[in-house]
Amino acid sequence: MARLNAILILLTLACAIGVVAAQHQARKLYNELEREQERMRQLELEWGQLQLEASTWAAHARVEKVARGQLRMVPP
Amino acid sequence: MKFAHSPLLSQLVPAWRGRFVLLLLLMGFVGLMARSVYLQAVNHDFLQQKGELRYSRVIDLSATRGRIVDRNGDVLAMSTEVKSVWAIPDDARLSPAQGRALAQLLEMDVRDLNQRLALDKDFVFIKRQIPPDVAQRVAALNLPGIHQQREYRRYYPSGDVASHVLGFTGVEDAGQEGVELAFESALAGKAGSRRVIKDRLGRVVEDVESIKQPQDGRDVVVSLDSRVQFLAFAALKQAVADHRAKAGGIVVLDAKSGEILALVNLPSYNPNNRVKLSGAQLRNRALTDTFEPGSTLKPFTAALALEQGKFRPDTLIQTAPGRLTIGRATISDAHAHGALTLAQVIQKSSNVGAAKVAATLAPRDMWQMFDAVGFGTAPGLGFPGEAGGRLRPYRTWRPIEQATMAYGHGISVSLMQLAHAYTAFARDGDLIPLSLTRREVPALGGRQVFSPRTAREVRAMLEMAVQPGGTAPKAQIAGYRVAGKTGTAHKLEGGLYAQKYVASFVGFAPVSDPRLVVAVMIDEPSAGKYYGGEVAAPVFAPVMAGALRALGVQPDAPLKPLQMANLPEVREGL
Repeated sequence: MARLNAILILLTLACAIGVVAAQHQARKLYNELEREQERMRQLELEWGQLQLEASTWAAHARVEKVARGQLRMVPP
Repeated sequence: MKFAHSPLLSQLVPAWRGRFVLLLLLMGFVGLMARSVYLQAVNHDFLQQKGELRYSRVIDLSATRGRIVDRNGDVLAMSTEVKSVWAIPDDARLSPAQGRALAQLLEMDVRDLNQRLALDKDFVFIKRQIPPDVAQRVAALNLPGIHQQREYRRYYPSGDVASHVLGFTGVEDAGQEGVELAFESALAGKAGSRRVIKDRLGRVVEDVESIKQPQDGRDVVVSLDSRVQFLAFAALKQAVADHRAKAGGIVVLDAKSGEILALVNLPSYNPNNRVKLSGAQLRNRALTDTFEPGSTLKPFTAALALEQGKFRPDTLIQTAPGRLTIGRATISDAHAHGALTLAQVIQKSSNVGAAKVAATLAPRDMWQMFDAVGFGTAPGLGFPGEAGGRLRPYRTWRPIEQATMAYGHGISVSLMQLAHAYTAFARDGDLIPLSLTRREVPALGGRQVFSPRTAREVRAMLEMAVQPGGTAPKAQIAGYRVAGKTGTAHKLEGGLYAQKYVASFVGFAPVSDPRLVVAVMIDEPSAGKYYGGEVAAPVFAPVMAGALRALGVQPDAPLKPLQMANLPEVREGL
């Protein structure tokens, strides 16, 4: 009887430690997920900034200025 | 002496005193127990809430504002993330060196910074909307009590070219002018929030519930074509500088779909840097300012006369001696033409001819025609501040007023209304509503104003006006047939006509199958020339030519040298 109790107590302990381990693992993974999502947000932000940069470089006024000034182009 | 033998112990204290103190202590404990039972069993929400505050947070999920894009997909307005630096003045005790470093990074005055940190508030903005690299360096300083907040800032790559149409947003990322304001509900996103559990280090460990999903703003596709817009802006800028004009405007419409391909105004401003703005710069003149159009209204008088069958394009009208007196006022032409056909009245732009034609029309019919082409009513684009112009009720017209309205005085319209009205001639006499956004489906709600035959006849007359012998040979383009009408109007100042003019030209091309309508207005040219044919028509030509080429419209005229110089001067009456 005493041995049964001991075994059951050990089992309970193991389960308890398992719960803690599982919870810890869950939190670690969730943390990683948050970091990846933050990275995704950063990349989207960078994409937006690059798009803005691209349209600024390709602005008609600038293209005309460079074409006429530096490249000495004329309309046909 | 030991405590057990102390003389104090031999004194007798009444027993009730000891028991009284014991009773008081017991009551104290009972009270604490009751409070504890109350807090934990009866009213446990309070403690639970306090406990939850330690680990649970509600985080705001911000939504991005939609972009404004032109019809070809070029970005015209876009939000990007920036940081705002804020501080809790109580926590932010900076040493003078730290204060100087921070002020230098933020490009602020040190005194201003210290003033803000001395305020008695919990939350003070130090500087809003700083670029991300500066924000990184501020964060690297790691100053106590100085925090950063994520905000959005709007950038406009096209600068001052499309500023009046696009408008701008304020600091709170809400539209204040232009398309930003008109389409605010579509562009603005809706912020969301979620409840999370944070651990000791402040990292998020669990998502408890998502209260609201954020909704990003929708992109707005504007009907503008950046190439045509820039072309128009460059041409207008050159013309306003050459003629030392006060202001100018150009509108380019797609006659087939009713979309606005370009809308330019000068003076303009750069929405990216709105530090010093004057009211004159902010005015979207093509939409909000009205003027007396002058001779550009003559084709409408002629069209009504043709429509009613009273005139044919070759009906002769006697304009000699170049003056006409109605009541106490005299209408005069620039040159004395003799007998002119109706077509020549338009070609040479004779005021006397137009007045004589109008005398045969009933005021009610004229009013209804002007109303049908959109004068007196705002275009209905949804743009803030659109002008409707002024069209007085026909019962109040005196004969002299009806005569002057025939050649565009006594009625005021905006440049957009003028261009819109001319689409009736560019099309088969019908008028479709205009649109600022790209149209995916054909427009609904068109209105037949003239018969297709009248429109065709007026087109032929307008084409003559652009040939040598007309008032606008400078509007000719190589390879395309062009039609249009010049306008030179005195400006009203204090109720009297002054020596200031508004030179305008409205035209469309190619005449065989009109696709584009371009309207040009130059306000107060003061470098000598002021007639529409000399000031506005030469601006029309490069804009129309470039726009037709950009859109890939097929040429409909053989490429032959155009005769623009050494022509006898034909000037319209004022």
